[in-house]
Amino acid sequence: MSTKLVYFAWVRERIGKPEEEIVIPDNVVTVRDLLNHLKSLGEEYENALQYPEVIRVAIDQEHVEHSEKIAGAREIGIFPPMTGG
Amino acid sequence: MTVIPTIRVQSTDFDLQSEIDTLTMGRRDIGAVVTFSGLCRDECGALSALELEHYPGMAEAEMRRIAEMAIERFSLLGLTALHRYGKIMPGENIVLVVAAAPHRQAAFDGASFMMDFLKTSAPFWKKEHAADGTARDWVAAKDADDTARDKWR
Repeated sequence: MSTKLVYFAWVRERIGKPEEEIVIPDNVVTVRDLLNHLKSLGEEYENALQYPEVIRVAIDQEHVEHSEKIAGAREIGIFPPMTGG
Repeated sequence: MTVIPTIRVQSTDFDLQSEIDTLTMGRRDIGAVVTFSGLCRDECGALSALELEHYPGMAEAEMRRIAEMAIERFSLLGLTALHRYGKIMPGENIVLVVAAAPHRQAAFDGASFMMDFLKTSAPFWKKEHAADGTARDWVAAKDADDTARDKWR
């Protein structure tokens, strides 16, 4: 089953697309695993996710920690720290 | 009585007075209204505009979650939070919070809490456009904003 990933701000610019559907391998269990998996997909991902500890993630539009399990997620948002207001 | 916050994410400008009027119209129980508005500044002439990106759907949802916490915590009688997206020029409005309560302290605290959490949790990002046409980058998140949020814990 594929999962929708959505990217924002400089994560979006560096990866070079606003969203995509990917099939997540079975050994990718947590948000941290997913960020590491994405980093292996190519230079643009490596560039965007070079420092995964600063990256923020939302599952189905709610913030989650990197230790959160991603099973059942329909949409995963990946973005830098927020700077609104 | 449950207080339902008014949350909007929009590209267009907003009017402070009409948002206050909407919140207080016909009410006899509100004794204090605090409004905060955030504007685009030009950083001493260096900036020509800000570009505001947001996560559609989640931006509204997160603002609503924060607003509901503020209403509960400070027993607010009303709360409006608006945030713009797209290209915003220096001098234009970016964000508005209107908090209503029986007394001033709750209204001040409610508006302040809303802003401190909005800045660190609502999915918006600012990109700068330089006045001289050179490329500028995404605004970096500030530790001071995390500190401001953490004082409410």
